[in-house]
Amino acid sequence: MTTARPDEQGHFGPYGGRYVPETLMEPLRELEAAYAEARRDPAFRDEFARLLRDYVGRPTPLTFAGRLSERLGSRVWLKREDLCHTGAHKINNALGQALLVKRMGKTRVVAETGAGQHGVASATVCALLGLECVVYMGTEDMARQAPNVRRMRLLGAEVRPVRSGSRTLKDAINEAMRDWVTNVRTTHYLLGSVLGAHPYPAMVRDFHAVIGEEARGQVRAQAGSLPDVLVACVGGGSNALGLFAAFFADPVAMVGVEAGGRSSRPGDHAARFLDERGGAAARPPEPPPAGRRSESVVPPSLGSGSAVGVLHGTCTYVLQDEAGNVLPTHSISAGLDYPAVGPEHALLRDEGRVRYTAVGDDEALAAFHLLSELEGIIPALESAHAVAWVVKDAGSLAGKLVLVNLSGRGDKDLGIIESAENAAKVDGGQRTQRG
Amino acid sequence: MGRIGERFRRLREERRKGFVAFVTAGDPSLERTVEVAGEMEKAGVDVLELGVPFSDPLADGPIIQRASERALSRGTTLIRVLEAVHRIRKTSDLPLLLFSYFNPLLRFGLPALAREAAAAGVDGVLVTDLPPEEAGGWLEVARDAGLDTVFLAAPTSPDERLRRVAGASRGFVYAISRTGVTGERDALSDDARPLLSRIKALTREPVALGFGISTPEQVAAAASVADAVVVGSALVRFQEEHPHGDVAGQVTWLRSAI
Ligand SMILES: Cc1ncc(COP(=O)(O)O)c(C=O)c1O
Repeated sequence: MTTARPDEQGHFGPYGGRYVPETLMEPLRELEAAYAEARRDPAFRDEFARLLRDYVGRPTPLTFAGRLSERLGSRVWLKREDLCHTGAHKINNALGQALLVKRMGKTRVVAETGAGQHGVASATVCALLGLECVVYMGTEDMARQAPNVRRMRLLGAEVRPVRSGSRTLKDAINEAMRDWVTNVRTTHYLLGSVLGAHPYPAMVRDFHAVIGEEARGQVRAQAGSLPDVLVACVGGGSNALGLFAAFFADPVAMVGVEAGGRSSRPGDHAARFLDERGGAAARPPEPPPAGRRSESVVPPSLGSGSAVGVLHGTCTYVLQDEAGNVLPTHSISAGLDYPAVGPEHALLRDEGRVRYTAVGDDEALAAFHLLSELEGIIPALESAHAVAWVVKDAGSLAGKLVLVNLSGRGDKDLGIIESAENAAKVDGGQRTQRG
Repeated sequence: MGRIGERFRRLREERRKGFVAFVTAGDPSLERTVEVAGEMEKAGVDVLELGVPFSDPLADGPIIQRASERALSRGTTLIRVLEAVHRIRKTSDLPLLLFSYFNPLLRFGLPALAREAAAAGVDGVLVTDLPPEEAGGWLEVARDAGLDTVFLAAPTSPDERLRRVAGASRGFVYAISRTGVTGERDALSDDARPLLSRIKALTREPVALGFGISTPEQVAAAASVADAVVVGSALVRFQEEHPHGDVAGQVTWLRSAI
């Protein structure tokens, strides 16, 4: 299902829109028109559904996490996006957009990637459909997600290292947008989350809506009712919206888990909705006055570095300094290590429909091990953030039916886990010596 | 009419083509930027664009990216750029256009920014990532403060968009000579001439042509189709190599073929 949002200009309340250089305005309009036409075309929908089934391996199962449930005192179900071809939900969107690229007659695709999952998904669908594929990736991410770099190259994609700025996802998006604006007549930008200028946030959400549509039917059939709570990690926010969208009309609570990183100090985390007290903000900030867009007022600020702003084509919460420059972020999970968040999430937060919270690197690591040992499922570090919140808030979830989006598998993260744990050992050792 | 409009009126009267120079404010320092403005004025620059450095300049190529990084690392912020404009205004009547990404303006607060920029002596503002569709609130406060608003026209813009861009522009329309980011190029793009004739058929606003223009030959070719020529990266690169060099001499050289 899809919600009625955004409005015709791509606004989610005061958020969203199209904040891009003029060169991209007409290509975005063309993309919007091509997408609107494709989604009405049964042939397009059938082809997408067929490939989701025969190639991606959908529907993905819903698995009852029995031992974890017993440990926590709640009933935890996992939506198994880790079992999608290529190991994460990202391929739903990559496939949808690549089919659209064929339809638009473009021949070249550029993409950004953080964890490498979207890059791998893009390289994969481009191989499948015979498209040229260039993936931009920060050098810091290339180092920490090396297995995915090798996979992309095997799949025939060109991986271009990005050495500017923080050398992570944000900078990869900058570079992909520079390529796109230069080669826009032949090239499609295959953006990997519910970010960017209209129509991307809505289109990417819709291509992932299959997650929630399946899960809603599965949980009723297998658990006998709707869940009490949905939980998903939020980097840009695509796996979260893919799950949530099917449940908006239901009396179901929703929790989005951001990367709390090392601490709540600016620069130490990637939690765009974290307020200055270090907790997830319970109340919306002063909303922009009705009828007037956020650009006409001083934007609300949450402290801890987050304020409403514009980055990568959309108006949303952005981690930034007092002068409006984007802050560096940190997360152990490359896929959550990004200073802005999808504009629809910003509105859902203000409305209170979704509650956003953050868990730190350590909590995510612990959850990574817990799920591996109790359920035999090694989660992606991104997805481990969602699991970590279920562990952390086990008290309030007692007896509840909790549905977690397990957005990806963790094979790509073994290197990070090892170096994080070696670093912890060294740290611990020094502390012991000093103490 | 503001300084920018006045300048273009005079250019038209004298049947001359304008020269618009871009520098990144604060590169290598704001003190130097203030000096450069004075030197530019003496060299006959018609409008000076002051780039506000931003952490994520996604419409810029490597030269201006590096300049922004240098300026930011020296602590250049929008407030300090406005202070520098104030200092430039003490001795200079050069038309000044602030060239910025939207987020620093948004963070400053648009009404306050419009007021303070106008008070400091800024004549107009161009926001790279703000198309007319999203500019409603900004246009209002900018106009109230007496600031010109310059918008970009691109080779990919169909006529109906060009009309909209021209309608929102005051001062001049900035035509982008080719798709892509800022940076030096070997030749003027084939996109430039058709774009200029399409805009000219739609508006009486003056049109400046920029992006990639970096040699006297390209300046001359651009001047043959537009009312003014914008040179950015070539001057920024010169300053990168010679932070205290004779940038005015570069301007004289670049204009020599008009
Ligand atoms: C497995 C996995 N989950 C989640 C994310 C975060 O993205 P999003 O918030 O768009 O789902 C990523 C991004 O790389 C990912 O690889």
